[in-house]
Amino acid sequence: MDRTVLDAWVGIFVVVGIAALFILALKVSNSGTTFSTGETYRITAEFDNIGGLKVRAPVKSSGVVVGRVSEIQFDSKKFVARVILTLDKRYEFPKDTSVSILTSGLLGEQYIGLEAGGDTAMLKDGDSLKLTQSAVVLEKLIGQFLYNKAAEGGTTK
Amino acid sequence: MKGLRGIGNHVVGGVWRLGYATRFFLVTLLRSATSFRRFRGLTFREIYFAGVLSLIIIIVSGLFVGMVLALQGYETLQRYGSSEAVGTLVALSLVRELGPVVAALLFASRAGSAMTAEIGLMKATEQISAMEMMAVDPIARVIGPRFWGGVISMPLLAAIFSAMGVFGGYLIAVVLIGVDEGAFWSQMQNAVDFREDIVNGVIKSVVFGVAVTAISLFEGYDAPPTAEGVSRATTRTVVTSSLAILGLDFILTAFMFKGV
Repeated sequence: MDRTVLDAWVGIFVVVGIAALFILALKVSNSGTTFSTGETYRITAEFDNIGGLKVRAPVKSSGVVVGRVSEIQFDSKKFVARVILTLDKRYEFPKDTSVSILTSGLLGEQYIGLEAGGDTAMLKDGDSLKLTQSAVVLEKLIGQFLYNKAAEGGTTK
Repeated sequence: MKGLRGIGNHVVGGVWRLGYATRFFLVTLLRSATSFRRFRGLTFREIYFAGVLSLIIIIVSGLFVGMVLALQGYETLQRYGSSEAVGTLVALSLVRELGPVVAALLFASRAGSAMTAEIGLMKATEQISAMEMMAVDPIARVIGPRFWGGVISMPLLAAIFSAMGVFGGYLIAVVLIGVDEGAFWSQMQNAVDFREDIVNGVIKSVVFGVAVTAISLFEGYDAPPTAEGVSRATTRTVVTSSLAILGLDFILTAFMFKGV
């Protein structure tokens, strides 16, 4: 069977198509920049309220993404939310690291912030974080503010 | 009474035809060994006709769709002071929805209609009967290679469409308007996930490829062997495949992105 011009065109087509897929994979999506291929370890944290936190939300420390939220469960014994974080093995944190749910920008997405403590022992796979700070719920905040205002008004009169 | 009978006739005829189409599809799948055994001789040619000849329209439309998305997205996003998110907007809408869907719509009207007309005409000029007479299976020899050619071409075309669209968005947002280039790419990479978005987009385009080629081939095979029959079948191909693409897209999206 001889080579034909048709073969060349089909070859070009397939190469361009696969190249487009590669561009999408490497340049457009986060597969090239995340740690998903590297080694990870899992940490549990319990929160009273997680607000609008979602699975796959970033975990940041000093603004750098060090992991992602991999699971969110509800503990029906203690009535708290249990969030499982998957962190990159390259980043180690002390045992007394505090974890809080923060919001990027005024109305942006919610993410988890880690603040390293002073402990010399490092977190291991399966550990749980004790120092947690729940998400700020706007309604509760406003409710508290109004309640305090009303209480102030009552005492001055 | 007569109208009622007409409705009943339509329903029975429709179900009958659907059953016939399903059997046609299954037989095509069962007899597709020939398309792979003689891949270079038969299927290659069909990839050329379905894929390579659709390249120009896919590239040009992808570029323009991306450019329009960037212009419109920028116009709205800058009111909220987040014009850097235009990259995210362009990439997500292309990879998840517009890439597979618009590429499949273009594919249906560019390649699908040509397939229907070709097979309809082969039938009208009794080439298919002649093949059967010579003990050549027309499903294995004519339908199978076209089917696989279309199914292989479609995801590649959709990927090219999305990539060109992102490039068009980049041209408008970064080069023309002057959105910061680093923020454009990094916000895009933050928001677009490889497995959730890109792989799901590819799955969508494969499903659309199967649907469009199967519909086109069936309409051609089932066309009445007259000039009018072929022209009607071609019209029906475009209408039915467009509806199938949009309907399937809704179902697939509901499955894939329900939690997001």
